[in-house]
Amino acid sequence: MSTGFFTDTTLCIGCKACEVACKQWNELPSDGFEFTGESYDNTTELSATTWRHVSFSEKVERKPELPYPQTRWLMSSDVCKHCTHAGCLEACPTGAIIRNEFGNVYIQPDVCNGCGYCVPACPFGVVDLMQMVGGKDGDPKYNTNVLRADRMEHTAVQAIGGIAGKCTLCYDRQRSDLEPACSKACPTESIQFGDLDELRERARKRVEQLQGRQVQARLYGVDENWSVGTLGAFFLLTDAPAEYDLPERPVLPSTHQPAAYASAAVAATALFLIGSLIFTRS
Amino acid sequence: MPGLGTSFGRGGATTFVQDLKNSDCILIEGSNFAECHPVAFRFVMQAKERGAKIIHVDPRFTRTSALADTYVPIRSGTDIVFLGAIINWVLRNERYFKEYVQHYTNASSILTEEFRDTEDLEGLFSGFNESARSGGGGSAQSHEGASQSRGEAAPGGGYDTQSWQFEEEEVPRFDGTGTASVVRRDPSLQHERCVFQVLRRHFARYDAQMVQDVCGTPRALFEEVCEALASNSGRERTAAIAYAVGWTQHTVGVQYIRTAAILQLLLGNVGRPGGGIMALRGHANIQGATDIPTLYDLLPGYLPMPAIQRDEQDLASYLKSNAKPTGWWANLPKYMVSLLKAFYGDAATKENGYCFDYLPQLTGDHSMIPTQVAMKDGEVKGYFVIGQNPAASGLNAELGRAAMERLEWMVNLDSYETDTASFWRREGADPAKIPTECFFIPAATVLEKDGTLTNTNRLLQFHEKAVEPAGASRSDLSFIYQLGLRLKECYKTSTDPKDRPILDMTWAYAHEDERERSRGEPSALAVMQEINGYRVSSGEQVSGFTELQEDGSTACGGWIYSGVCPDKQTHRARNREADDYTSPDWGFSWPANRRMLYNRASADPAGKPWSEAKKYVWWDERGQEWTGYDVPDFPLTKAPDTPAKPGATGMDAHSGSDPFIMQLDGRGAIFVSSTLKDGPLPTHYEPLNSLVPNALYKQQHNPVMCEWKRRDNPYNGVANEDYPYILTTYRLTEHSGIMTKYVPWLAELQPALFAEIDPELAVARNLKNGDWVTIRTAVGEIEARALVSGRIQPLRLAKGRWVHQIGLPYNYAPLGLAHGDSSGDLVPLVMDPNVSIHEAKTLTCNIRAGRRNKRKRSHVDEDVPAAQRSQEGAPTAHGRDFPGPQR
Repeated sequence: MSTGFFTDTTLCIGCKACEVACKQWNELPSDGFEFTGESYDNTTELSATTWRHVSFSEKVERKPELPYPQTRWLMSSDVCKHCTHAGCLEACPTGAIIRNEFGNVYIQPDVCNGCGYCVPACPFGVVDLMQMVGGKDGDPKYNTNVLRADRMEHTAVQAIGGIAGKCTLCYDRQRSDLEPACSKACPTESIQFGDLDELRERARKRVEQLQGRQVQARLYGVDENWSVGTLGAFFLLTDAPAEYDLPERPVLPSTHQPAAYASAAVAATALFLIGSLIFTRS
Repeated sequence: MPGLGTSFGRGGATTFVQDLKNSDCILIEGSNFAECHPVAFRFVMQAKERGAKIIHVDPRFTRTSALADTYVPIRSGTDIVFLGAIINWVLRNERYFKEYVQHYTNASSILTEEFRDTEDLEGLFSGFNESARSGGGGSAQSHEGASQSRGEAAPGGGYDTQSWQFEEEEVPRFDGTGTASVVRRDPSLQHERCVFQVLRRHFARYDAQMVQDVCGTPRALFEEVCEALASNSGRERTAAIAYAVGWTQHTVGVQYIRTAAILQLLLGNVGRPGGGIMALRGHANIQGATDIPTLYDLLPGYLPMPAIQRDEQDLASYLKSNAKPTGWWANLPKYMVSLLKAFYGDAATKENGYCFDYLPQLTGDHSMIPTQVAMKDGEVKGYFVIGQNPAASGLNAELGRAAMERLEWMVNLDSYETDTASFWRREGADPAKIPTECFFIPAATVLEKDGTLTNTNRLLQFHEKAVEPAGASRSDLSFIYQLGLRLKECYKTSTDPKDRPILDMTWAYAHEDERERSRGEPSALAVMQEINGYRVSSGEQVSGFTELQEDGSTACGGWIYSGVCPDKQTHRARNREADDYTSPDWGFSWPANRRMLYNRASADPAGKPWSEAKKYVWWDERGQEWTGYDVPDFPLTKAPDTPAKPGATGMDAHSGSDPFIMQLDGRGAIFVSSTLKDGPLPTHYEPLNSLVPNALYKQQHNPVMCEWKRRDNPYNGVANEDYPYILTTYRLTEHSGIMTKYVPWLAELQPALFAEIDPELAVARNLKNGDWVTIRTAVGEIEARALVSGRIQPLRLAKGRWVHQIGLPYNYAPLGLAHGDSSGDLVPLVMDPNVSIHEAKTLTCNIRAGRRNKRKRSHVDEDVPAAQRSQEGAPTAHGRDFPGPQR
């Protein structure tokens, strides 16, 4: 059995309770206090210290045949997709990134050495490295002036410092039979946690129901034949994936490997031939 | 909440949020439900999933609009036109619920010939006394003026409500001893002076065209709302209305809510599942703070504070002027005497009127704004600020801060340093010149103390202390308890009669736990047990307010909560057994653990459910009592066919089919014949600061609103070209008060004050998204970051005039990780006449690119000479001089 998230964006009210609950449970620092002017989104993206992120997409249609403008404002809580074929896991040279007993992709903080290979390997741009600066006592500290000093001593963040960070699917909570902090905090059940098979079945029914109401609903990360496989955190969308900052068709970097090896082989052969030609002539 | 109180009988939401899921249509107006009440919004989402139509009417397209089926734009400050037009549409198209209106409302009551409507008098009702505009003078006199405007008969001005009364007729008394007068009615609703016909005429000009011209709402959208509400009301279906401070913070705020109440009565949606009016409370315990009030003019349980102008010098005269002859309020003497017994214990005897004269007597309006003005004028010496941050969220906030400079001392209790606590070192202030002695007392947070919160459902929930307070922090309860003990100590040798109230005050709240007691901590449980009430002789708890007596044998600190601790072992606010609907064993909701008020109206006059689909409380023929899913809001064994007894007192005066038991006549009030100071029916008046003249009447503003025309409180005026845009203020999901701005996880989500601006205005004024802008009113100026968004739309009013609305969150102030200027620096002091609320939801302003000037001392900080202090609060007919439209 694998666990995961079903995020039904039609139920999201953009309250960001998931973002806050995630940071609180995982004791992650804030990312600073910059006003972006990008709708109601000031944390802008998933990062090593933001493991849930609510995106906002505004669209106003003004058509001559409409007596008034049609506005729509999509909100959606993004998270690590916990791919069936995870790029980060493949790229990790130390074995720090594993698939745990719940089927989730998990970074072991005490094994990660911060090499960063996983960062470009994620086709969703989820994994990131924590930015570190030197602390007074020589220990690394986070590049943040907001996390209170008295908390720094005890945080999970501290323990996994200097390393890659992303959603753990609340591994610690699952091990204690608790659901992840974000889905627990979600007031409208936009984020649902559970057994993936069950969630997918529920999601398919939900799509049917919405389509019956003339809502253009589709699932993202369930039935596509992607190289990343099905997603452990999948979504119900009502617009193009790009509107939610999701790639239309995520590609696992390793799928490029045969072609890359082939072209390297071709190049090597060509070089060998050219080289042999030059040396034999001389 | 007199809007609900006068219409239905009690100042609270008529329903509970969980019941919204049974609604077939939810109109959200004056509330940003999803953003400000995200957890309660789940029930709206559940209704939507069931197929209910969700409508959001708002000046801005918000996160609530994004989830609604239909978003309806509106010019802020025009909701009475919008709702009044729906009422007119419902009446014209005969879409009201006839049986409900006939039997459960006062639509059939007949008014006297003296009554004149706003249609007859250019926007005034009969009884208006303009001579109220007396000369100026010192503010002490001014307060007198304010108090007069708030008196029942308004001897100093405003409205004389005599012509708003119902016609009476003499009928034989129920006991055969002569006759009794009762209100004359015409059940056919045809009499030209019956409320129904008066209502028809009153709103006759409120139509779709008027909505388009005044509100800027497209006609098609307005008609869609009308159809949705009407087709989702009736026997089989119900519609609910949800509002919050978007309706209250106006100079006509109470009347906004009245308009909604009238509409829901016409549609037959009150007291029925999926119906009602959901008043959403903005903070965790705001309902509790009015039930056991922090308001100057109320005692616990909505008993009025004695007032000089009502001549309530002794208990007998107080009871005479406040107890009602008919309906539940006939019981007021029991509640008042029991309250005095709780306050003063053994010292309160029948002979001394239960120490009634210990209570202070109101001499005027001592609400927030008049007190702030008096403070500015040097009349207030000391100030306790607990759980509030007026220097940030106050109105004309700089006036408020300047007022604090004139105090001798100020005590501030909070968990964080607030802008109020640090007013003396704000930008532009010189600490060396401020003599105020300031005390900052660290306060425990909610997790660090025991106590009860009363939520928007009127539901009491007890919470236990989870951790010890940090450092020297103490709970508010502990602070007040210790203050009381020490005051008693200070006066303990006094023989002066004026000190008796402190010496006789009961104050036995020592904690039951030895360790807590030794630290001087009080017991929240003991306080709640006293609020519940007990028998004086035995000390036994009473099981509910029906056991309270007028003879001094019972004591009760807040009658509406009675029943929460029915014995020493039970605290029902601790209950945590939930089911999937009314959950009677989860917490305790007042009154008597009732979840939905007026639920007798969920059955027809004969006591049968209106329909199987909307079954809730009904008459059980076999058991001969009322039963259902909730505690019936009706005398349990009073049969539906019980006739009213003319001339009887209390509940006997009501029939078995009068569901609004708190009302004099047992019926929902479409027409409110007294109590409200600005009219018996809602009428559209433009806000104080408005871009346009009143399109409906010559009367521009609420004729009895309270103004402060002083040089430290200048107004923008009407249609002033210096202030060409509308401004509305609101709250964000991410923040509440001071505490959230210090939490990095919340602060990063909305780190700075911003202004929402429509793209056309941005182009016109060269405002760039993300850049600084400065917003100005006559009161002051502030800076914010521009958030240019197509969600904000300019609106087209009459004659093709386009108006722009700017949105501004009010959460910000200089202190905290998330910070910015305070919107309170733009809002002038002005008050609605009923509840002394300000008008922050609709203003006018100007805007320019760039940052504001550095703050320095201004006219707002300077003293206003005594001769120039106007008669603040006195009723003025402001706007009468303004040339209105030709009709």
